[in-house]
Amino acid sequence: MAIDSTQLEETQTSAIRSPIDAPDSVGIITPRSYHFDEPLQLRSGKTLPSYDLMVETYGELNARRSNAILICHALSGDHHAAGYHSANDSKPGWWDSAIGPGKAIDTTKFFVVALNNLGGCAGSTGPTSINPETGKPYGPDFPVVTVRDWVKSQLHLMDRLGIQKWAAVIGGSLGGMQVQRWAISYPDRVANAVCIASAPKLSAQNIAFNEVARYSITSDPNFHAGRYLEHNTYPKHGLMLARMVGHITYLSDSAMRAKFGNAGSQLENTTRGNLGRDLRSGTLSFGLNVDFEVESYLHYQGERFSSNFDANSYLLMTKALDYFDPSVDYGNDLSKAFAEGDCKFLLVSFSTDWRFPPERSRELVETLLKAGREVTYLEVDADQGHDAFLMPIPRYINAMRGFLDNAYKELVTDAS
Amino acid sequence: MRPDQEIIQRWIEPDSRVLDLGCGDGSLLANLKQTKGVKGTGLEIDGDKIQSCVERGINVIEQNLDAGLWNFQSDSFDTVLLAQTLQALSHPDQLIDEMLRVGRRGIVTFPNFGNWKSRLYLSSKGRMPVSKFMPHAWYDTPNIHFCTVRDFDALCEEKNIRILERTVVDLKHEGSLSMRLLPNLLGEIAIYHIARS
Repeated sequence: MAIDSTQLEETQTSAIRSPIDAPDSVGIITPRSYHFDEPLQLRSGKTLPSYDLMVETYGELNARRSNAILICHALSGDHHAAGYHSANDSKPGWWDSAIGPGKAIDTTKFFVVALNNLGGCAGSTGPTSINPETGKPYGPDFPVVTVRDWVKSQLHLMDRLGIQKWAAVIGGSLGGMQVQRWAISYPDRVANAVCIASAPKLSAQNIAFNEVARYSITSDPNFHAGRYLEHNTYPKHGLMLARMVGHITYLSDSAMRAKFGNAGSQLENTTRGNLGRDLRSGTLSFGLNVDFEVESYLHYQGERFSSNFDANSYLLMTKALDYFDPSVDYGNDLSKAFAEGDCKFLLVSFSTDWRFPPERSRELVETLLKAGREVTYLEVDADQGHDAFLMPIPRYINAMRGFLDNAYKELVTDAS
Repeated sequence: MRPDQEIIQRWIEPDSRVLDLGCGDGSLLANLKQTKGVKGTGLEIDGDKIQSCVERGINVIEQNLDAGLWNFQSDSFDTVLLAQTLQALSHPDQLIDEMLRVGRRGIVTFPNFGNWKSRLYLSSKGRMPVSKFMPHAWYDTPNIHFCTVRDFDALCEEKNIRILERTVVDLKHEGSLSMRLLPNLLGEIAIYHIARS
């Protein structure tokens, strides 16, 4: 854990005990950038001549370098998966509920690696980086990157860190697709694969939602064919709309009823509640104003996202989702893709997830069984929709903990 | 180990592939993995039991047996186990077919409703038997398809299923000569080793 002593003193002197000091927090973390000079040949046929990957790590790598876990992020995630960057941070990393000392992904046992994927906008090379050929930001010239390309770059990072085999590769949603790709492309370098709320490929409905998001961005007058940075602007409204639509698909109807109904009524009461129709000011405006809490919430989410996320990155991430289909190289028989290697799989889906519903995970289970792989699968009752994969839902978290405990026992046994 | 598990274990070949339908906390599979080196997978729907399997390092898939075994390839297992679950299925006959599609062989255990105690209870009291072993009232029992040893023999004959071995034991899972002679009357738990003809 990279805790700066002066920062530690600061937090200790504060009157209110901060969550940064919690014994199960990884504390204050400093990300680190790794530079790669070897060109990366991309799936599209293009090449990235060199690139940087922004990385955070938690816990200690053991002497045999066998206890490393890779965390793969989803659409809008990044390398900041756990802990805090400074004592003033109001929020921890995006998966802090699962990563830390004594948590399901236990940093007292494992060395956890999280990175920002290529094409992202949190420090790794992406559309906002300077294109060495032009001296200007890449913008729309940044090549389309696929899940396969990301995993290849993660392999280079793995080699740089001197890790021969991941004890586990873990990811939800688009992160789960990277987990699948690891098991397919580098089967002998993964001991365990944890794939949560994911799918073997997108459906037409999934692609349709992504296209709405892309169209809203590219049709924003401030998009300037992707060169908005050169015009000192950005497609704020397009990004907002993209995020608002996306956000609806991450939640379930029941989660929204609970969140916006009866000022936080219990989920059990939602059928008798007001269907999530809480008003912002108590009365209707009879105008085109924001009347309902849900509207205000979507505006807030859109606003916050649009000021933090790069539009070109968002376009690239949705394309990576759309293109993901490892079966194309195997005569459309995905089970052949999983034929190699001996890594064990844990798959989890959530009952109200309609973006990647349980049936998509069941498809993967069937495929893995057909490939003769060892699979454990849970179908967890949860009201939070697709977002459930980011939440500390006991059944899901306990299963991941149990699965990783066994992974740890195995690597300890291997060592003795 | 329970004596019925001992019997089951005798029928399992070393290093074979075993699918346990309704695998509970995974203890049988864990035992088979340890003693016979089997490659096992369990199906279960109870969340706590699934968690126990995960903690034991047993592969477990959350799946309702009434949905069938559609996601399993034919001949993908050597043995498919169904221990004390037959009577709780919506379509026990269909699952038996599925078991022998997915596995070369099947092992089925069930409480024998033809046992003299059940017969006596029903004939003397005129009510559905309730006992320590079958503690549920008729309206809230998960056991919706009780059968007898003779019923199961008939089903196997009808389906042209080969009975490799059949044994009955009492609730302590112990057998006896009299039970072997009068299995349907004296046996409390029936254990069948079956295969496709």
